[in-house]
Amino acid sequence: MSGVPISWYLTLSAILFTLGVAGFLFRRNIITVFMSIELMLNAVNLSFITFSYYWKQVNGHLIAFFVMVVAASEAAVGLAIILTVFKNRQTLNIDEVDSMKN
Amino acid sequence: MDSFIVISLIKVVVVFAVLLTTLAYLQWVERKVIAHIQVRPGPYRVGPHGLLQPLADVIKLITKEDLVPPYVNKPLYLAAPFLAITMALLSISVIPFGPVIQVAGYQTAMQLTDLNIGVLFVLAVSSMGVYGIALAGWSSNNKYALLGGLRSSAQMISYELPLSLTIAAPLLISNTLSLRELVEKQAGGIWHWNVLHGPFPQIFSFLIFLIAGFAETNRVPFDLPEAENELVAGFHTEYSSMKFASFFMAEYANMITVSCMATLLFLGGWVAPWPAQYGSSLVPVAIFALAGVVALYHGMHPARRRDRTSLPVFGIIFLIIAAVFLLPIVQSWLLPLFWFCAKTGSILFLYMWIRGTLPRFRYDQLMGFTWKFLFPAAVLNLLVTGLLVALVS
Amino acid sequence: MDVILFLIFAIIAVVCAINVVVQTHPISSAISLVGVMASLAVLYLLLGAEFLAAAQVIVYAGAIMVLFVFVIMLLNAGAETKKGQSSMALFLGGPLLVALLMLLAWFVQQLFPGISVHFGGFRGGSAQDVGRALFTTYLLPFEVTSILILIAILGAIVLARKEMD
Repeated sequence: MSGVPISWYLTLSAILFTLGVAGFLFRRNIITVFMSIELMLNAVNLSFITFSYYWKQVNGHLIAFFVMVVAASEAAVGLAIILTVFKNRQTLNIDEVDSMKN
Repeated sequence: MDSFIVISLIKVVVVFAVLLTTLAYLQWVERKVIAHIQVRPGPYRVGPHGLLQPLADVIKLITKEDLVPPYVNKPLYLAAPFLAITMALLSISVIPFGPVIQVAGYQTAMQLTDLNIGVLFVLAVSSMGVYGIALAGWSSNNKYALLGGLRSSAQMISYELPLSLTIAAPLLISNTLSLRELVEKQAGGIWHWNVLHGPFPQIFSFLIFLIAGFAETNRVPFDLPEAENELVAGFHTEYSSMKFASFFMAEYANMITVSCMATLLFLGGWVAPWPAQYGSSLVPVAIFALAGVVALYHGMHPARRRDRTSLPVFGIIFLIIAAVFLLPIVQSWLLPLFWFCAKTGSILFLYMWIRGTLPRFRYDQLMGFTWKFLFPAAVLNLLVTGLLVALVS
Repeated sequence: MDVILFLIFAIIAVVCAINVVVQTHPISSAISLVGVMASLAVLYLLLGAEFLAAAQVIVYAGAIMVLFVFVIMLLNAGAETKKGQSSMALFLGGPLLVALLMLLAWFVQQLFPGISVHFGGFRGGSAQDVGRALFTTYLLPFEVTSILILIAILGAIVLARKEMD
């Protein structure tokens, strides 16, 4: 019975990571930028778990687990910061949060 | 391979049919229980003792005008009840109703699928159920619905924490995440059930699990976000007919899931309270025979004239069911199923009893209760359980 | 069978990911991201990571994304207005992106020839195995991340509280 070649999983991870980077660079809404960061982290998790399958060890699962934990705490603090920025600037567009310029 | 698929399909059809009928009749039971708590008869006219009331409700809901307001966000508006009911029904697929049985030469378990991570699957699906409510509130484009939806989702995710911690405590004793193995480790009688067994009897876990379960399913006393006389019916204000019905079906299915999980984790699933050789297989016979005799006795001198035919008929039906429990052919699968349904039914009755008795919490009281009392209590319970399990083994 | 399941859920993941980047309203992006995470959970199951798949749905799709959806609903952010995009960038960049990704795929295929993923090929991803590794080999990161979560909770409370009074 044929399985899925492992390079397909790694390519999928690369595609998702690329889409995350594209969203991070091109979007102006700060929440969408944040979601692109989460997309990048998920792509990396897929890569770790794929390599854990390749080496038949559980360490990749553990690293992916810690990535999830750190992403959770980062999302909590980041969204609190976004709420504060919105309260002060009334905008979610990162082009307009530039009061320190000039 | 194909016998597996055919058997699974038959099981899916049976479970689905039984579940949907149970959902409809659970509402009848609830209305009767609350009515009798409030000393009034409840649904009484539609069919004998109101037994056709759910059918009338279903016909009413299907034939009502299905209004989709023009100002709603259509994709999310249509997807939200679908998401709610899908997640609610999905969690039933891993719940075991009984042991492995032999049917017409094929051996199969009374469960749709046994996952190694069954407990985590139920938790995951109930986490996804929050989206149905949050999106319903948001897409309705109505500030009352939005407020109700946000409050309800905040309540659900806050109470998921004590729920998960109290699920972890009996898992420390049973050492498995698979729901079938969880019940098999509680075999032997009431002193082996997780609620009474082990280095630390899980009574506190059971209580905290029930409280968190009430809040997860948005039931009284935690149903402020969807109460009919607050916030104009909360997150389902803008929904009508079948979509409204699917939110209610999702709520009752969630109730059934929480009751089944409480039964499996704490009350020993389908295990009888004392082993069958001491006569526990006669308990259902006794209960149904007693119900039949009482119904026949009241049928002799009925209080209302329409009971002259219905009560004796019910009495005879109960006596027939009692006789069925004596047949040894069906005892292998009917008895565990009876114990499972009895325990789950008791917890569902507790749900309705509490609904008829307690007033509801205010929202800030509700959130303060979970973060300041229930969550520390659940953590403490887990710590004590872990400490005692580590000391004993 | 493995190939069909992988293809279905990989295509769902990529379509939802494109949706995250392309949609104007943040809530559509958030729902698409939930779709990405759910399909990735299925892919983790195919790779034998059953505990991680459940953790992905419980933690990522069921808690973090609910937090995102809450913030979007509270801030009531509208759809983003599209500024002028240079079509030259799209014209040059798009094919370059596809070419680079194909090159990457070819290189990766050369690096791991003939290794394929069967469902059931790796049995060491159960909760027992992850738990054992978590509490023996990775005990220090476990304790450190618990302090990290505490810091994050305190930070979120302080940040969210300052603006209320």
